[in-house]
Amino acid sequence: MDHVISEEGIAEAVRSAEGPLVVKGGGTRMVGRLVSGDPLDVSGLSGVTLYEPGALTIVAAAGTPVAEIEATLARENQRLAFEPYDLTGLLGTSGASTIGGVLATNASGPRRIQAGAARDFALGVRFVDGAGQVVKNGGRVMKNVTGYDLVKLMCGSWGTLGVLTEVSLKVLPAVEAEVTLVIEGVSAAQAVAAMSRALGSPYEVSGAAWINGAVWLRLEGFEASIAYRAGKLEGLLASFGEITRSDVAWSNVRDAKPLWGCDAVWRISVKPSDGPAVITALPEGCQSLMDWGGGLVWAGTSGGDIAATHGAVQAQVAGLGGHATLIKGPEAVRAAVPVFQPESPGVASLSRALRSRFDPRGILNQGLMAA
Amino acid sequence: MEMPLPDPEILARKARIVARLREVLPRDAVIDDPAETRAYECDALTAYRCPPMVAVLPATTTEVSDVLRICQEIGVPVVPRGSGTSLAGGALPTADCVILGVARMNAVLETDYDNRFVRVQTGRTNLSVTGAVESDGFFYAPDPSSQLACAIAGNIAMNSGGAHCLKYGVTTNNLMGVTMVQMDGTVVEIGGAHLDSGGLDLLGVICGSEGQLGVVTEATLRILHKPEGARPVLMGFDSAEIAGACVADIIKAGVLPVAIEFMDRMLIEVCEDFAKADYPMCEALLIVEVEGSDAEIDAQLALITDIAKRHNPVALRESAGADESARIWAGRKAAFSAIGRVSDYMCLDGTIPVSELPYVLRRIGEMSKQYGLAVGNVFHAGDGNMHPLICYDANKPGDLEICEEFGAEVLKLCVEVGGCLTGEHGVGIEKRDLMSHQYAPADLETQMAVKDVFDPAWLLNPAKVFPLAVSQPRRDAPMAAE
Repeated sequence: MDHVISEEGIAEAVRSAEGPLVVKGGGTRMVGRLVSGDPLDVSGLSGVTLYEPGALTIVAAAGTPVAEIEATLARENQRLAFEPYDLTGLLGTSGASTIGGVLATNASGPRRIQAGAARDFALGVRFVDGAGQVVKNGGRVMKNVTGYDLVKLMCGSWGTLGVLTEVSLKVLPAVEAEVTLVIEGVSAAQAVAAMSRALGSPYEVSGAAWINGAVWLRLEGFEASIAYRAGKLEGLLASFGEITRSDVAWSNVRDAKPLWGCDAVWRISVKPSDGPAVITALPEGCQSLMDWGGGLVWAGTSGGDIAATHGAVQAQVAGLGGHATLIKGPEAVRAAVPVFQPESPGVASLSRALRSRFDPRGILNQGLMAA
Repeated sequence: MEMPLPDPEILARKARIVARLREVLPRDAVIDDPAETRAYECDALTAYRCPPMVAVLPATTTEVSDVLRICQEIGVPVVPRGSGTSLAGGALPTADCVILGVARMNAVLETDYDNRFVRVQTGRTNLSVTGAVESDGFFYAPDPSSQLACAIAGNIAMNSGGAHCLKYGVTTNNLMGVTMVQMDGTVVEIGGAHLDSGGLDLLGVICGSEGQLGVVTEATLRILHKPEGARPVLMGFDSAEIAGACVADIIKAGVLPVAIEFMDRMLIEVCEDFAKADYPMCEALLIVEVEGSDAEIDAQLALITDIAKRHNPVALRESAGADESARIWAGRKAAFSAIGRVSDYMCLDGTIPVSELPYVLRRIGEMSKQYGLAVGNVFHAGDGNMHPLICYDANKPGDLEICEEFGAEVLKLCVEVGGCLTGEHGVGIEKRDLMSHQYAPADLETQMAVKDVFDPAWLLNPAKVFPLAVSQPRRDAPMAAE
């Protein structure tokens, strides 16, 4: 399908579609079950349409590159607080990640534990549903309970409910400075204990990760405040080992850099104290890191029976409560297994019914999230 | 405000309906004596009252499931009720409905400081969630003004906010999971102690659905460690325009206070009278609060007061201590009751882009003259969530109608400038018929399709949120009869 550059063009393309469509933004996150169909390219729908720094809000067409939005915000010393991750390194994809793709996948990075997820910063959406109808929900103000919150429903729907055409977001001020406290040589269990203590303190930790055997705790804000809080945390965590103040690249955690060489990668959300158990249960040869204080496990492997490992991970997570997604994997595996965590019968039935109401013909990324 | 006429056929079956409910609930949990059902005739939107046919007070998720299953089987509408503090009429009954109150379900089920959550039954009040964890230094962040009385169930239904949501977000940002009973009695667990959904974000659409998708009986809530300290500063200005410019400058400077509250002269006077907080008398008062250690607070307030000084404040005073801070907030949080002592009032809740504040306040002032009704303004200035309080005389025939017309014009203005009808109170019955000003038919149709999925027979709180004429075909569709 041609490069569409208007919302009406998208609506027309959906209305006139004779078969399944594959919604494509920047093409950076080829995740999920393999979907076949005509590509519907949204990346032509691009540009910031409104930015009010004093109101902490920005509105942009869904195909706008995240990099463009971040640059626009940086000029006013503001940022996307949920720290969207970039999968190009992990998946070996090229292209520019779009803001619509970020919201459609609820892509949130390390600051999610403190500031919230992409869905928490989404104020409004416009989208084209499966019938080719343009729908809007929410708006561009920070507090809005007018009617049902379909904005949240669209975030993380991976294009299966509608094609996002415009999004409005809450943004936050950038910070004057950041520092990371690093404790080297810590086990996963000890790491979660240390991170829980830090996150359960009043010192506003904005990143808590375990990477290559080290705990990273990020503090952000005004210089003097960071120095004060770093001192307090060093006292609180002294029993966990030597603590150094460092200037690390959090993109390593955000984008799961240690796993870039793996053939299969899972993103697993559990209660933080369950993180170490998930790691312990992985077969030998798997690599892993934890973000969100232990609540987000990135695990990867290059050998072994990937489908079997996948089944074991999802079965364990089903018991613990949470979800595991196969973010990267061989096509044959992704075609054969439930890439997204299978849902309880009640939730699955509601989700199925919602999909069939939003997309009655079943043409939008059909089967990407669930068969 | 029009409500659907009660179904005489349901009223005629009352005795049998009560008997069915008594099969699954203890005797004292089914209230059918008209002298007692009157206790449920309204919520905090007191201008509208209608006793329900029956009120039930289940004590467990199973009992809620039994009640809903029976009501679905026999085609009786159910109106869920938290503590009845809704300002939008969210819990207003109809004469043919069963009111389902969650007040008996108020236990704390699980407290987990390592993973920073509590799991509670939803009849528990907002403030008592914090009460259960504060001795260990933790708190639950959303703080609606009614937090002493309002239930978590209602907070979830309305996606309640509060004064401190500039930093901590509203209910939906602090809700991790729910146990919810659907109208057909099905119990679903959604979310939990982990973050975010692995599939569609059902939790996101349930929160704020005004009790129309299901009855939430248990909730997993994020808790945080309390900050080391907090201190408000009072800033008085000669006009709302100047106060608004000061707010924008504070936000642009990169400091994000936990709260920025605005009051105009009328509210300053009534709140001062009520709380004795020593508010400066001026046209526009800001309460700006920051958190942290003493030194961190000093540094942030130095920056903020520097900005304020550039806007020629007529008053600028930091709170001198915990006692004064408490009085400053007591005054603000009592704004509604304070004004209620001097007049009947209607509280609006529209949100606007903060850049439009001066224009909208000026227009409200003009309309106040036009309609001949006084207006006081108090609102969350950092996020543009306004609370104009329109005063009227309930004993004067026609005054309420004028007030409602005035209110509707203000809310339409909010939508016109890029805002919305309600920022944190919900649509209920109050803003129901204005929904078409904010949403096109396709927008409303899509929202109603969500209700079709969760409650196909449209029996849960059916006459709320959507304009009656718009929802009528769904509400009137033939249901599974007894």
